[in-house]
Amino acid sequence: MTKDEVENGRDDMLIDGPEQANAVPDGFNANYLRIYYGKLFPHADIFKWMSYGNDGKHPACDKSYIGRREFSFTLENDIYIRFQSFNSASELENSIKEKCPFKIDIGPVYSVDPAKRHAYAQSGDNVFTPVERELVFDIDITDYDDVRYCCTGADVCLVCWPLMTIAIKVIDTALRDDFGFNHILWVYSGRRGVHCWVCDGKARRLTNEQRAAIADYFHLYKGNENSNKKISLPGPVLHPFLARSYTEVLKGFFEAKLLSNQNLLSSEERYEKILEMIPDAVAAELRGRWQENKRSSVLKNDINAVRWEQLKHTLQSGKQKAQGLRRCVEEIVFSFTYPRLDMEVSKHMNHLLKAPFCVHPKTGRVCVPIDPNNCDEFDPTKVPTLSQLLEELNRGGLRQGAENEWDRTSLGESVTFFRSSFLHPLLKSCKEEIESSYNTKLQQAKNALSW
Amino acid sequence: MQVVGYHRKSSSNDVVVSTLPLYRSAPPLEVRLEDFELFAMDRLRVLKGISDGLSRGKKPEEMEKLVMDLWKASMRHPQATEDVNKDNISHFVLRLVYCRTEELRKWFLSMETALFRYRFHVESSQAQRALMSEFNLPYKAVSNAEFESVEDKLRQVARSMGQTLPIADAIFYKVPFEEVPELVAGHRVFIHKGHAYVAMNQVVSLVVTQFRSHLSKALILTNRKWTFTIREQEKDRLTPIVEALCTSYLGPDYSQPKDFAEISIKDIDQIAKTSFPLCMRHLFEKVREDHHLKHGGRMQLGLFLKGVGLKVDDALAFWKAEFAQKVGAERFDKEYAYNIRHNYGREGKRTDYTPYSCQKVILSTPGVGDHHGCPYRHFSEENLRAALARMGVGSRIVEDVIDKARNRHYQLACTLTFEAGHGSSCDAGVNHPNQYFIESQKILQSKNGSVA
Repeated sequence: MTKDEVENGRDDMLIDGPEQANAVPDGFNANYLRIYYGKLFPHADIFKWMSYGNDGKHPACDKSYIGRREFSFTLENDIYIRFQSFNSASELENSIKEKCPFKIDIGPVYSVDPAKRHAYAQSGDNVFTPVERELVFDIDITDYDDVRYCCTGADVCLVCWPLMTIAIKVIDTALRDDFGFNHILWVYSGRRGVHCWVCDGKARRLTNEQRAAIADYFHLYKGNENSNKKISLPGPVLHPFLARSYTEVLKGFFEAKLLSNQNLLSSEERYEKILEMIPDAVAAELRGRWQENKRSSVLKNDINAVRWEQLKHTLQSGKQKAQGLRRCVEEIVFSFTYPRLDMEVSKHMNHLLKAPFCVHPKTGRVCVPIDPNNCDEFDPTKVPTLSQLLEELNRGGLRQGAENEWDRTSLGESVTFFRSSFLHPLLKSCKEEIESSYNTKLQQAKNALSW
Repeated sequence: MQVVGYHRKSSSNDVVVSTLPLYRSAPPLEVRLEDFELFAMDRLRVLKGISDGLSRGKKPEEMEKLVMDLWKASMRHPQATEDVNKDNISHFVLRLVYCRTEELRKWFLSMETALFRYRFHVESSQAQRALMSEFNLPYKAVSNAEFESVEDKLRQVARSMGQTLPIADAIFYKVPFEEVPELVAGHRVFIHKGHAYVAMNQVVSLVVTQFRSHLSKALILTNRKWTFTIREQEKDRLTPIVEALCTSYLGPDYSQPKDFAEISIKDIDQIAKTSFPLCMRHLFEKVREDHHLKHGGRMQLGLFLKGVGLKVDDALAFWKAEFAQKVGAERFDKEYAYNIRHNYGREGKRTDYTPYSCQKVILSTPGVGDHHGCPYRHFSEENLRAALARMGVGSRIVEDVIDKARNRHYQLACTLTFEAGHGSSCDAGVNHPNQYFIESQKILQSKNGSVA
């Protein structure tokens, strides 16, 4: 088995030979993807998910449902094709295997099959318009560039990744406890962020206006390099949602991790950013103290924690009590840690979002689900890559016609998790919903008929 | 805790009748042609006043007073009994005027909903109850037991808004959160497991959502009727009135630059310095500096330039020259050119998008990495001073401008800047960036006799 043959991705890799024979060089290309789509990508699971129970045998199942869902493919050479739709699992699978898209996006469910959209006028009674769509969120770590000093742009490391972790915690808790949603899937975006799919029926049927309201509920960070105050928390106390987020997640993370990891108060350049957020008189006092201490090397490691305590003490002590000071500490913590969502993604039903289990072209990493209950353990640098998975396939040896190839690779864990904590509970609930609405309709019809 | 917990006993058996109409259907009245137009213009004055107030960032209490003053000034009929008729007639005439495009519908819907909201709020709670029942809202009042279980959270929400809950007689309704989007978005209700706990004084929101939804659907139907029947039928009588009513108040939309020479890219840097309002100048400088702008900025500046007279090919050349330095020519063609052509109506739906008015600019919210929006609203005082200094505004006037901005009179601040920069007054006040540009060019051209 030559290196060339390995790179060309031929299936008949029989040899249980030395490590080099199984080794797959790092990379992202059509050949690798072909094998991935051939053996690893969970086509059937995605299809079952998107069907939301309508692929069953119950008389109330809407057979047209899955065919009205839009998928879009980005092919090699950036060719982009929209409004793809499929009526069966095999159609979906064959199309993906044949076209080998570099990226798959999922759009809304429309009123009619997107392939037939041109037959319908834009206005009037027969309209081609979205009717259902998951409530989705997109969090990207580049939106935090002004508060992380370890990386910029597309880079992400274990020092700044926890910002994503706490975003997941805050949003996930609110979605469940406040909004009452249950079927929530968090996915690693493959490089520098996370996506969230809320799949309850109620969520899928939300209007754009309602989605905007939910996005605004989460929208706290308002500002950019042109304004000073990015987060404003008026009022004597915080709304329960903000208070809970602060006490359960943000405060602890800021004080225990972020302060020291990002050295937020250790140098003048850094602490000035925080001093800008508090009233001038207090800032001046602290500035004076810290400039003096610059030369002393006492407790160098803990300088951030020490200064933070000083800041809090000065703000909350009796000397300069004013309305504006009460929320200063929280505002600082929120500015640095509170989730920053891409509002536009969540507000519109027709926004397309990358499908889970795609492979990111720039990193080769698979977009795997993240368990919100264990998100502290998630390590983006350990997510399986395309080449790694192919190597694992090689090592496993050839098994003709084996159903679950992913089982003998690192992807197995992710697919299992996807099924057990998300897909199966979701489908169970969908089945119940379909049956109960059917029974209600039957009952109504019976009542209408009775004399 | 009861739903009916009044402290005052009504002294008479009079039925409480609200004069707030719901506009469910057009009244079967005869209207004089004269009144058709006049009533509509009076109402439009009120709606425009609301629009201005909102874009100046007035607080709800201020808006309420403003609305009542506007209504008193414009909508009173000489015969008091005719008030309700004028109310109804003017609303339905304006439906005809504002049903015709998506943008018009959006504006009308927003203003009528706001109008309804403030008028509803000042009604007595009996009248409010009566109106509520007309909407058939099936929401239950929260039981005593449940109230106690969430009481501390409800108090926390009230306190967070600077209010206090009455110790007894606090009435709350439990409604699905989707029914009160505004309250949820503004953190003005406690929500738990998908239900919002709405206070009696917030009931307004429930009713307003219903009002809005009903009007939204009605406008679509009206549009259909207008397009297919009325417009043709009335082409010698009502149609000309309807069409004139719209443009006379919203002002020109600046989508078709007419009055002067088109601008070419070689002139752009110069005219940016002399004739662009601060919002566009800031965006323009950022493009030159960063060779990039995020979507909000591209829209705001791009459409402004279109209104200024930049043709589509020149626009593509301008954006490409900048963006190519950051992302490369190929990526520009692939990812950005389409949207520019889209703005000029050359792609997709082929809608010819109109440049943003000051109201629209002011109401947008720039986020991380954004530079659009109104600088008088979003810039910190320090940054605003620096920007004004760079525009050559004298320090005494800068103080005036800062003062206006601090008091949320963003358009007045911009007008002062204009007047300082051009040495002449702008009586109409700035309400559209393209208007700023045109006025500026007029003044400079009359001084120099050429594009300055």
